Amino acid sequence: MNTAKMRTQTWKKIKARWQLYLLLLLPLAYIIVFAYVPMSGLIIAFKDYDFRKGIFDSPWVGLKHFQNFFHSYKFKLVLKNTLTLSIYSLAVSFPIPIVFALLLNSMRNRRYAKLIQTVTYVPHFISTVIIVGLLTQILSNRTGIYGTLYTLITGETGPNILASGPLFKHIYVWSGVWQNMGYNAIIYIAALAGVDTSLHEAAMIDGATKVQRIRYIDFPTILPTATIMLILAVGQIMNLGYEKVLLMQNDLNLNYSEIISTYVYKVGLASGITNFSLSAAISMFNSVINFILLLTVNKITKKLSGSGIF
Amino acid sequence: MKNTNQFMRKNSRVKKVKTGMNDQIFYLLSGLVLTIAFLLVLYPCIFVVSASFSSGTAVQSGKVILWPVEFSLTGYDTVFHTANIWTGFSNSLFYTVCGTIINVILTILAAYPLSRQDLVGRDKLMLFFTFTMFFNGGIITNYLLVSKLGLINTRWALLLPGALNVYNMIIARTFLQTNIPNELLEASQLDGCSDIQYLIQVVLPLSKAVLAVLVLFYGVAHWNTYFNAMIYLNNRSLFPLTIFLKEILISGQIDASTVSDPELAEKVSQLSGVIKYSLIVVSMVPVLVIYPFVQKYFIKGVTIGAVKG
Repeated sequence: MNTAKMRTQTWKKIKARWQLYLLLLLPLAYIIVFAYVPMSGLIIAFKDYDFRKGIFDSPWVGLKHFQNFFHSYKFKLVLKNTLTLSIYSLAVSFPIPIVFALLLNSMRNRRYAKLIQTVTYVPHFISTVIIVGLLTQILSNRTGIYGTLYTLITGETGPNILASGPLFKHIYVWSGVWQNMGYNAIIYIAALAGVDTSLHEAAMIDGATKVQRIRYIDFPTILPTATIMLILAVGQIMNLGYEKVLLMQNDLNLNYSEIISTYVYKVGLASGITNFSLSAAISMFNSVINFILLLTVNKITKKLSGSGIF
Repeated sequence: MKNTNQFMRKNSRVKKVKTGMNDQIFYLLSGLVLTIAFLLVLYPCIFVVSASFSSGTAVQSGKVILWPVEFSLTGYDTVFHTANIWTGFSNSLFYTVCGTIINVILTILAAYPLSRQDLVGRDKLMLFFTFTMFFNGGIITNYLLVSKLGLINTRWALLLPGALNVYNMIIARTFLQTNIPNELLEASQLDGCSDIQYLIQVVLPLSKAVLAVLVLFYGVAHWNTYFNAMIYLNNRSLFPLTIFLKEILISGQIDASTVSDPELAEKVSQLSGVIKYSLIVVSMVPVLVIYPFVQKYFIKGVTIGAVKG
């Protein structure tokens, strides 16, 4: 009887707020069609997709596509490249904005600090196409800044670094730092603005140096924010931006620049004989690994610091 | 006794001088590091602008280092006389304006109900949205969906997929939760205001800051969109600017036949460097124009998003 009463009460509450549900209708329909329907389409990873038969009538093949992927010579290569790029990228582009924010916050000339801040945001809003276009122009060994300076100093034409495989990861990661350092520092700068100045004054009276104050006052302030950012970053570790990698790829660096997401694109959409099922299987493998990583990191940080995102 | 006192005083002075010195070195070093970072970001930007205003031969022979050499506007002249650029520019403008309007409406439609504490089942609905942030079908199944819906090679292919970004929705929801006082809702409800009326007449006028953030984030994303255009469109008259930029900047093709001025068309090959730099500047103008207006808001947006991310 009690549950029945509660049920009618809940029902009443829902009825009273019917307009809110009406508003939600469109976004819900959207998310079902454009997020959950494609997700359910992942079953083609276990089928031999035939576009004449459609998703549901195509024959089941079990784990065939996953096995094909794991046994192909590409598997090791793309996995290695993906992990190299993403771990390198994380190791560099996670701490740099933190250091940048701490230094910027401790600057005494506030107007200069503000100027640096405003200018370093801007590259974030430049499109990937232009960033890569800029890279090809600037790093050109004949007409770019790099080529001009190289010739100026050594008197010879520089080697073509854009075609070099081993250099690919450095160009990829450091151009990312160039583009996003300022933007990623914003939240740390905002967190630092909330530091109580009396803490700094008290520390100064006790004879703490600036470095000590940063270490013991500023750094602990941004630690919770940094933790959340780290979880989110690790949760994206397999989701490297395929757009930029794809645009930076050329025949000469392909052995170093082919990553899972670009390979998915090529198998599924860009090659002569497209294989939707294999491509879906690879992308599903990627998503699952990613999701497990996210949950693991979240659990670990929750245990260590008490804050997580779920 | 006297001795120890003296010793202590001396000691503290030594300490003070030492920390003062330490701090000076720190400020010097950090100022240096920040200035280098600042110049590293600024220099390529200045170089691009300078190169775009230089003559074709100066760019080609690598004479441009900091300021324009042999000032000339031929780069811009060619860019403005290239048909593709105009097609791309107007298409991008269309996708940006229409797409952003759809985005903002959908985002508010989701964020507002989900910000209300009296919404039954709020947490479950929220999870239904956020789950899609961490797990998705990938490009193949999305492609199949878009082609099933018959959107391939239509403008809708760039407007509908991605019409609601859950991360932006969370930003809007958090803003509404923290910035609109609950008393307003109670007062309005006493006056017999319905939930939709309350949204339009009370909530939206108070949410200009977060609307600006949404417009900036969605607008920039549309302006910069490349991958979806590449896989969903193959009709050149529908291409956004980024596709043409890719052809010219990265693949290095400038089709002389699309340049309407014959004199310029002849020079295209020797001008290619300048054209590329001018093109980069032109394509960035819209973003740089709106940037100062929304700049003060987006810092707020980024911070809100991170707090409850």
